[in-house]
Amino acid sequence: MNLVLIAEQTLNGLQLGVMLFLLAAGLTLVFGIMNLVNLAHGALYMVGAYLTTYFHQTTGSFALAVLLGLAGTLLVGIVTELVALRTLYERDHLDQVLATFGLILFFNELVAILWGRAAIYSTIPDYLSGHVQITAQLRYPLYRLVIIGIGLAVAVLLWWVVSRTRLGMLIRAGASNRAMVSALGINIRLLYTIVFGFGAALAGLAGLLSGPIYAVQPGMGELILIQVFVVIVIGGIGSIRGAFAGALIVGMVDTLGRAFLKPTLATVLSPTAADAAGPAMASMLIYLLMAVVLAFRPEGLFPSRS
Amino acid sequence: MAFSPRTWILLALLLLLAAVPPVADYFGQPFYLDLLRRVMIFAIAAVSLNLILGYGGMVSFGHAAYLGIGAYAVGILAHYGINNGWLQWSLAIVASALVAAAIGSISARTSGIYFIMITLAFTQMLYYLGISLEEYGGDDGMQLKVRSQFSGLIDLNDASAFYYLVLAILAAFLYLSRRLVNSRFGLVLQAARSNEARTRAIGFSPYPYRLAAFIISGAMCGVAGALLVNHTAYLTPEFMNWTRSGELMFMVILGGIATTSGPLLGAAALLLLEDVLQGWSVLPKWLHEHWQLYLGVILVLVVLFARRGLASLLPGNEHHD
Amino acid sequence: MHKPTATLMAVLIAAAFATTPAFAQQKVKIGFITTLSGPQGVIGNDMRNSVELALDHLGRKIGGLETELIYGDDQVKPDVGKQVAEEMLKKHQVNFVSGVIWSNVMLAVAPTVTQAGTFMIGTNAGPHQLAGEGCNELFFTTSWQNDQTPEAMGKYMQDAGLNDVYLMAPNYAAGKDMITGFKRYFKGKIVDEVYTRLGQTDYQAELSQLRSKSPKVVFVFYPGGMGIQFLKQYSEAGLRGQFPLYSVYTVDELSIPAVKHAALGQLETRYWSPDLKNPANQKFVGDYGKKYAGKLPSFYGAQSYDGMMLIDSAVRAVKGNLSDKKGMIAAMRKANFNSTRGKFTYNQNHFPIQNFYLLKAVAGPTPGGDPVMAIQKAVFTNHKDAYAKDCKMKW
Repeated sequence: MNLVLIAEQTLNGLQLGVMLFLLAAGLTLVFGIMNLVNLAHGALYMVGAYLTTYFHQTTGSFALAVLLGLAGTLLVGIVTELVALRTLYERDHLDQVLATFGLILFFNELVAILWGRAAIYSTIPDYLSGHVQITAQLRYPLYRLVIIGIGLAVAVLLWWVVSRTRLGMLIRAGASNRAMVSALGINIRLLYTIVFGFGAALAGLAGLLSGPIYAVQPGMGELILIQVFVVIVIGGIGSIRGAFAGALIVGMVDTLGRAFLKPTLATVLSPTAADAAGPAMASMLIYLLMAVVLAFRPEGLFPSRS
Repeated sequence: MAFSPRTWILLALLLLLAAVPPVADYFGQPFYLDLLRRVMIFAIAAVSLNLILGYGGMVSFGHAAYLGIGAYAVGILAHYGINNGWLQWSLAIVASALVAAAIGSISARTSGIYFIMITLAFTQMLYYLGISLEEYGGDDGMQLKVRSQFSGLIDLNDASAFYYLVLAILAAFLYLSRRLVNSRFGLVLQAARSNEARTRAIGFSPYPYRLAAFIISGAMCGVAGALLVNHTAYLTPEFMNWTRSGELMFMVILGGIATTSGPLLGAAALLLLEDVLQGWSVLPKWLHEHWQLYLGVILVLVVLFARRGLASLLPGNEHHD
Repeated sequence: MHKPTATLMAVLIAAAFATTPAFAQQKVKIGFITTLSGPQGVIGNDMRNSVELALDHLGRKIGGLETELIYGDDQVKPDVGKQVAEEMLKKHQVNFVSGVIWSNVMLAVAPTVTQAGTFMIGTNAGPHQLAGEGCNELFFTTSWQNDQTPEAMGKYMQDAGLNDVYLMAPNYAAGKDMITGFKRYFKGKIVDEVYTRLGQTDYQAELSQLRSKSPKVVFVFYPGGMGIQFLKQYSEAGLRGQFPLYSVYTVDELSIPAVKHAALGQLETRYWSPDLKNPANQKFVGDYGKKYAGKLPSFYGAQSYDGMMLIDSAVRAVKGNLSDKKGMIAAMRKANFNSTRGKFTYNQNHFPIQNFYLLKAVAGPTPGGDPVMAIQKAVFTNHKDAYAKDCKMKW
């Protein structure tokens, strides 16, 4: 194993990690503040990818498409919140899981009606494609570096919003004591709608970033959603810090597992046994990690204060 | 024993189900036997889920795992030429109970969202495990060449005999879960659901009760898995897909959570609805092809406005709270 | 019970059990099982479109008889597929069941149908279980045995003297079968064999590993959505120019619109291509475009079209006597119809003995339009599958 490869795989892990973080941040915010389990978060990711791809095709400008896509996902998120989710805040998790499971079916089918069941074409704009020479031996796709950059920027921005702004103060207050916040005359409903829309926009951002490199098709959200749940459970549900740590851990473990588990096993097992066990174990690795974390810390690594 | 109106209705429902084979036979429509048999198998799985989800307040988002374990237990023994049903089904029950004990020992320590997610994660692990088991067909699964054999006592290749066996097991499990829920064990379980602190205060630690319920529920669902693999005559890791777990939950809540007849009503409603929606070729193509859209809407509406489920339409009241 | 209620009940019961008389059947009933809902519905849709086109070409009459087609959705679930098949057999009493995309659904459906004494005409899935010991006289397929296509690629790469090959496939049964089929004919050096998670979306980690091993060529199997993501990421990682990519079932007429230029230069093997020059195929491809907004059909469609033509040839041979199953089996064994792949024969396991070609994704006829698959050369002529020898069926 050479160092360049390890460095490259670390970048890959980081890139997967920030992508998971963008999704996990919205999900964990919504859970932490509204106590809502939103399985349909992946559907918003899909909506972001579809809207951006659609606007990219119709306007021809990727930058404009990104803005329209983000705004569109925000809008879809807010409408969903107003129409369906609002009444679910006071319900138990079971109702939330089921209703949002229904929303997944609804959105997947709606997208299939609007754009067909086949994956649609989406591509990276020319100015973001190509490679960057990082060291003499290591070159890395520019677009993936952009994803890492945006993800880290969002993490910093979120940290700033949550810890330094009035909105952040309300968010923190809302997470620890809802009744008190509304008793102080804050419009809690409005706060919820804002937070949900914000989470939806983050999911949309993840979706629009992933559109050009993944397949934009109905059901694309569910493929990644379960990993995102693993992230927030490991990190501690409701905690942005936890989501960030969890996302990076899961991104790294998954990537490094896929890359190095088989060669490592081959040094102790026979090649055929390593061939059989390597990929199977790599697929289960993050779930195993989650079980271990929960066995020792049932509230995740960074439990939120509430 | 004085029966409540609801019990009478449930008994009537079971009697009605018992009347299906001769009626279907009379009309030359044996297909309905298959359809209802599948409904009842899923109803058994839903009964088992209702036990922990409804009465125990443990929202398991991974109950399809035991459907899979039960199916694999039968399928793997059959793969090695062991077709003895007693052996196969015992293994299905024991294996499901053991897996449930392992998963439960970790997950019953958590609650709420953590419980939902950890049960989901374990089932995903088993799903990927199933896919990578090449010996047993991996993702392709494998055919069950011979159905479970019960030393000539009952022949599962006989459609109506198999039907009555499933019906009998369903009735037995309904009775069993009812007894369990009303026993001291069940009362502690329900108490822990509604108020954990108070339960602890009166001297019960909920953990062993929850774990035991989780194991019993897993074992019951394992039986449903053994039935399902015999019904389909086919074994596939797809039985453990996470959407199946979601469907089982949907059945429980659609039928009426924490009611005796709920799981049966829910399984029947969902599977028959699916069959009707996708078979509606009288509707324009674009309409019946998108039945999942309506199913999604129905699901949301049921949760928002009819959360006590179909069982609440029955007379009488089973809720004591 | 009030009288109206009683009448209503009677009507309801009668409706629920509405049957078509089993006697004096003047009508051919065909149950076509495919995936119509969910993301995979795109394949089912192409199959259904092609079945409808076949019916148009036959004047809506199979074998000269009035024809009813019943479509069923398997939702990619084996148990649902089986239930749909049971419904078709027992409720609709179909004469033929056809279709089925997935191997696992096929393995659940085919025995159900043949045990009921009904024909199963597969139009996609060709699992080895049904080609070998599990062959059945009522089972025919108009597609291929799963291994045949990668065998053709193995043969081509072997003949071309390519070496240092890197193999990649999803970690599931079909993925392993594809690699096994490939290795049956390719005897050169294999750098590594990598299996990825089924349904994986991101392949960057595997692509980094691939680059570090510097193979000469790469062979992959990534069907459906996985193929779309793999191709995009392969081009984006700049590997396209570095390591030529060969594949099976990864690039087709359904995925090209989603990847466009990222598919250019891709080499695939297949038994059929839209540009295959024979009258039946030109009619099929031309009329498909006319009927469905200028779209190109995929091989899924071509097989399904052939399935209807095969059934038509059998019903014609027995002059509409649908109870003459022996006669229909004998007729189908002759493969006496104008297949979109050209003339082919059936092996004794009822899988086609057919040609396989090397295809390349090249720029399409319209500038700026989607790439198209074009035949480069024949790799196999009259290729038999490897499992027929285990089939005990006697003709």
